[in-house]
Amino acid sequence: MIPKTSTPAARALVVCGAALSLVSPFLAWTWTSRYPGNLTVYGYPGGSQLLTLAGALLAAVFTAAVLGVPGLRALAPAGAVRALRAASLAALTATWITVGAIAVDLGGVVNVEPGGWLAAGAVLLLAAGAHALPDDTVTEPPPAARLPRAAEGALITVVFLAAMYVLTYGITTDSAQDFLAFLPAAGFGVRALAAAGLTARFGALTARNRIAVAVAALASALVFPFTQTGDQYTAIADNILVFAAVALGLNIVVGLVGLLDLGYVAFLGTGAYTAALVSGSTFSTFDIGPWPFWATALLGMGVSLVAGLVIGAPTLRLHGDYLAIVTLGFGEIFRITVNNLDGTSGPRLTNGPNGINSVPNLTVFGFDLGTRHTLLGVTFGRFANYYLLLLAVIAVIVFVYARAGNSRIGRAWIALREDEKAATAMGIEGFRYKLLAFGLGASLAGLAGTVMAHLQTNAVPENYKFADTAPPNSAFLLAAVVLGGMGTVSGPLVGAALLYLIPAKFAFFSQYQMMLFGLALILMMRFRPEGLVPDRRHRLEFHDEQVAAAEARRTAAEATA
Amino acid sequence: MSTTPPLLRASGVTMRFGGLTAVDGVDLAVRENEIVGLIGPNGAGKTTFFNCLTGLYVPTEGAVLFAGETLPPKPARVTRAGVARTFQNIRLFANMSALENVIVGRHTRTRAGLLSALAHGPRYRREERESRERARELLDFVGLGGQADLLARSLSYGAQRRLEIARALASEPRLLLLDEPTAGMNPQETAETEELVRSVRARGVAVLVIEHDMRFIMNLCDRVAVLVQGTKLTEGAPGEVQADERVVEAYLGAPDDEEEPTPRSPQNRERTA
Repeated sequence: MIPKTSTPAARALVVCGAALSLVSPFLAWTWTSRYPGNLTVYGYPGGSQLLTLAGALLAAVFTAAVLGVPGLRALAPAGAVRALRAASLAALTATWITVGAIAVDLGGVVNVEPGGWLAAGAVLLLAAGAHALPDDTVTEPPPAARLPRAAEGALITVVFLAAMYVLTYGITTDSAQDFLAFLPAAGFGVRALAAAGLTARFGALTARNRIAVAVAALASALVFPFTQTGDQYTAIADNILVFAAVALGLNIVVGLVGLLDLGYVAFLGTGAYTAALVSGSTFSTFDIGPWPFWATALLGMGVSLVAGLVIGAPTLRLHGDYLAIVTLGFGEIFRITVNNLDGTSGPRLTNGPNGINSVPNLTVFGFDLGTRHTLLGVTFGRFANYYLLLLAVIAVIVFVYARAGNSRIGRAWIALREDEKAATAMGIEGFRYKLLAFGLGASLAGLAGTVMAHLQTNAVPENYKFADTAPPNSAFLLAAVVLGGMGTVSGPLVGAALLYLIPAKFAFFSQYQMMLFGLALILMMRFRPEGLVPDRRHRLEFHDEQVAAAEARRTAAEATA
Repeated sequence: MSTTPPLLRASGVTMRFGGLTAVDGVDLAVRENEIVGLIGPNGAGKTTFFNCLTGLYVPTEGAVLFAGETLPPKPARVTRAGVARTFQNIRLFANMSALENVIVGRHTRTRAGLLSALAHGPRYRREERESRERARELLDFVGLGGQADLLARSLSYGAQRRLEIARALASEPRLLLLDEPTAGMNPQETAETEELVRSVRARGVAVLVIEHDMRFIMNLCDRVAVLVQGTKLTEGAPGEVQADERVVEAYLGAPDDEEEPTPRSPQNRERTA
């Protein structure tokens, strides 16, 4: 560390680094377009250069805030230096990973053009300068000015659109190198915003405008299919949405009631098999269907609900680890059962390991989801159709989650999680409420399952394992909830997106995937046990003293105000 | 003794865990608007007796009548019938706000199910609003009005104890069972709790209180019952009980029947002596 006396030097370093980092993406970083993204062009950035540019822009804004440029200080209410450090790290990691990948992929550093060298050096200057500046973190940021309601709504929409843009960038990266550079850049970028105190501000903003948040989130999610020309990335988005929908359902069971369910994927499978059986597929044992979507969905939910109640009734009397083990067992029993109902080892129902294939496309309100539809001049292919349907499914699940979670029922669930004995003394019948949560979670998973069977055109046992290298499986579902943040809506969404994208983008790494997954879990539990998007309760559970002190200060300040 | 039927009548309550008889044939009555104390050395079976009253344990023998009816051995139905309790070691919902804790206490007095929560109809909204109002009123009553939105775990110790009382009162009980409400409190907090219990009675709620603090018990209670080794030793007005040789002996003697010595027991000995 450079001592404080050299602050002017550090400032000069930061300004210089930021300026050069901003310029460098416009230069050529390599000579051949063999490296993905074509980084050979002078004049405009391409590929991962965009990541460097984004990191550098963020850093430039916080640099201006550090230098006290009027108006910009407000962009870092909690202190600009730590935000600048994180932003510089975003630029640094993106740039060095890209430059390193150029050298590795193309066989030597000789393939890095002067632009690449400039970028690598510039971000290093930036990061060094940022880390030499004295910390200016404010423990109590000034209260945010209240904007008119419409302006707050507009701001929320802009933020959601920006988040959607970042997510879309991640989904549409077509090379592992780009995605590898994207992950840390996005991570440090978010950290920069958090350090600046902006995420806290946004959190307060969203807490005040629940409806605007729902509308903005839905609207920005709706934008995605309009930005896509082909099916390639929409298919990925569809799979993420299925995964996220199930994770959100599991979040009721795990996040609100605190029941560790390790066999949740079985309810997804129940829904999928139910839908497949009544889909009119020639592989189905029943010569019925195709049914309209609402009927299939209701049946899938109903059968999953019954499965949830049947499994839950005996097991929910168990506590903690015992429940986890028994649900794990039931999850596997489901898979083995559908694997055996093939007419040889059991009654003929599911075609055993072959599953039920050729599940036809859904018809929703007369629209065949399998054919193309044109809307506002944009053609929606099959996957885009399913994307819209899945958005509706997720909207239903989020609605149920939010309304149930914030009601007498939800409070009873949380009370049971917090202290079962005290909850019982308050008149809450523990078993009944646990069974209700279990059944509700199961039927929501069943709903997702009905869509999944049609989306993937099949229902096969191999999709519903306890652990596998690709989601959804019970282990990944639980991980999505826990990594994302238990008891929140956005947590499982973020967790599901990351846990789907990482294995999908690093497919070449598949043999080490489970090992890396385990490593990531250990690191998360060590450094951020409350998840990426923690709710207030869980944050407090793990970082008791700091947060409790901050809460007390905040409430005291509110009381005096 | 008055002729009005008691609110709570426990007769011959016996609780055995395997070979151990924790509570042995205890009779106890609490009348409307009465504050009754239950004292006894550690391990005397006071909390076990409480658990028998509230349905957490099903007594091996004996019966508990509340307002003339047998209490079902289900905590939820006991609460609905009008018996609420606090716990010896505070059992709040630590990660819920003070207000939410009290609203959970209203569980048996509200009815909204899953479907009405999803529908958010006018009746649901009215019930939620009423719950919130009642809970705020109770927080004001116990002096926590300004801390409604703090999480229970970030409240001070004394405030947590008072929150437990507010949460218990939220179920609109006719009888409140307090299990050592002043444990760990300083003299000033104890005095405040004494006042609070009196004002609980003023709301028309009878109170049965377990306590080690003799001054608290003697100041507050209309009647005191003494439990020693699972049996009721004596019962009577505070003055009588205090003067009883056997009570003094029970507290001073028999060092071998203690579960664990508490830091407070020396104090108690001084006071009873």
